[in-house]
Amino acid sequence: MPQYTLLLRGEKDRLAHLAPSEMQAIVARYSTWIDELGAAGKLGGSHKLRDGQGRVLRKAASKIVVTDGPFTEGKELMGGLFVIEAASFDEAVAIANGCPHLDFGSVEVREIEVMRRP
Amino acid sequence: MTEINFQRASAQIVATLTRILGPRHIALAEEVAQDALLKALETWPHAGVPLNPSAWLIQVAKNRALDVLRRERWLADRIALVAVQLDSSGSPPSSVSPMTGGPPAPPSEHARLRHEPVMPDDDQLWMMFLACHPVLAREARVALTLKTVCGFGVGEIARAFLVREDTIAQRLVRAKRQLRDADVAFELAPAEYADRLESVLGVLYLLFNEGHSPHAGDELIRVELCDEAIRLTRLIADEPTLATPAVHALLALMHLQAARLPARMGGEDVQRLPEQDRSRWDRALIARGLRDLDRSSAGDVLTVYHLEAGIAACHAVAPRYDDTDWSRIVEFYDLLAAIKPTPIVALNRAIALSRLHGPRAGLAAIEQIADDPVLSRYYLLPATLGELALESGDVARAADCFRAALECECSRPERRSLERKLQQLLAEAPADSRLPGTPQRRP
Repeated sequence: MPQYTLLLRGEKDRLAHLAPSEMQAIVARYSTWIDELGAAGKLGGSHKLRDGQGRVLRKAASKIVVTDGPFTEGKELMGGLFVIEAASFDEAVAIANGCPHLDFGSVEVREIEVMRRP
Repeated sequence: MTEINFQRASAQIVATLTRILGPRHIALAEEVAQDALLKALETWPHAGVPLNPSAWLIQVAKNRALDVLRRERWLADRIALVAVQLDSSGSPPSSVSPMTGGPPAPPSEHARLRHEPVMPDDDQLWMMFLACHPVLAREARVALTLKTVCGFGVGEIARAFLVREDTIAQRLVRAKRQLRDADVAFELAPAEYADRLESVLGVLYLLFNEGHSPHAGDELIRVELCDEAIRLTRLIADEPTLATPAVHALLALMHLQAARLPARMGGEDVQRLPEQDRSRWDRALIARGLRDLDRSSAGDVLTVYHLEAGIAACHAVAPRYDDTDWSRIVEFYDLLAAIKPTPIVALNRAIALSRLHGPRAGLAAIEQIADDPVLSRYYLLPATLGELALESGDVARAADCFRAALECECSRPERRSLERKLQQLLAEAPADSRLPGTPQRRP
């Protein structure tokens, strides 16, 4: 079955001021969502990206420039990703539709293209 | 699903860390508690919920507190001591990076001293009495209790009390600054606990009433207010050094009132006492309340809580509304009116009088307080007048009164209930008794 990745982006500050009960509600929604995916055999993987440790490498005039980041204020940062299995792109989008992250940021759905080495 | 309650966990972290770091650092304790919850929110969806979520949260919070304190080089001589205390709850969960990098140092003399049992040995109780510090105004005590002892968010507190969110936020900041400026000591002396008990009970009484009485505000939060008030009052009642007769009386009042809640919220409308399905009253809570009331009668103190619990008990033991011992209730109200002469008490006494001696007696009693400015926007005054007018056969006046009640602020279920009564009354009344402006259906 084709694999898709859900890329989660958002601003960290959007969660910072939630009340404890509101945070608990989100954790509960995540648990339900993930349990359902797992039960259906559609969860391929799940990764959280560590905060505040990004480095960006760029080549400028044949020299590699390494910068810290991206920590731009107000920019939607990638916080984590899920890998799911779905029969079609539409099903992948439908699964992403139920992701609780959507209340706080965006979810980008991309199909993982299977490449075969010759 | 997780068995963890974030609200409780947050309150526990704030209380524990504030007790370790000192009252000056409530804000820091709150900040790291929030950080820990945030980290859980970001981590658990990917890593799964840890086996012991509360231990995970408190460890993350402690690590974070140490980080912050180290960075701020906070009171260099205290760091070692505090580090030991922050580290004292066993090894950190595997998913959390170790914070000290080495084996913990043996507890210093001071640390051991600090670990000796203090009175009372419960962080939440301690926090409750800190939040009721005499330098704080009552509304600040209430807000601080809800935030730090109950773990409510600023927005939730604002919704429960129908106050703007920034007002609550400012009140909290100010309260914490006042505690810092007053340089409040780490531990409270037994005498301080005793001195503040009345104030603490006052706050808990207010929380319960706010949750219980159908004013306005968010329904869900209001049920939680009642639950929290009961939980915290039980904490005090279970502490032998604090459990005075007044504590048992307050707990009795809460248990007896809470026992009726399932019947009150039954259906779409708020069900008043006469209409309640008494089979839905919580018998176990009533039994508990009666036991508390029994305990409260030790000694010769008579508080407002005793009298109000006495009244609640009269209702709780009556098999049917018509069996209610109204003469005893009126006696309680007479005593209550003497020590708590508020117009609300007078209004309730008038209702009891009307049950004992008929609607006209009630109306006469209400007329004596009807001009009180406190009651001018209180929906229960016209709503009660309407009921009594209806009982005495004055339909037009009843309709007027219900309309006046609907002009006041009240909760949505109460409003529905009033609207239904008014419609029923208009539908049943002969056409000529309808008031001008009432839409009349023509065939």
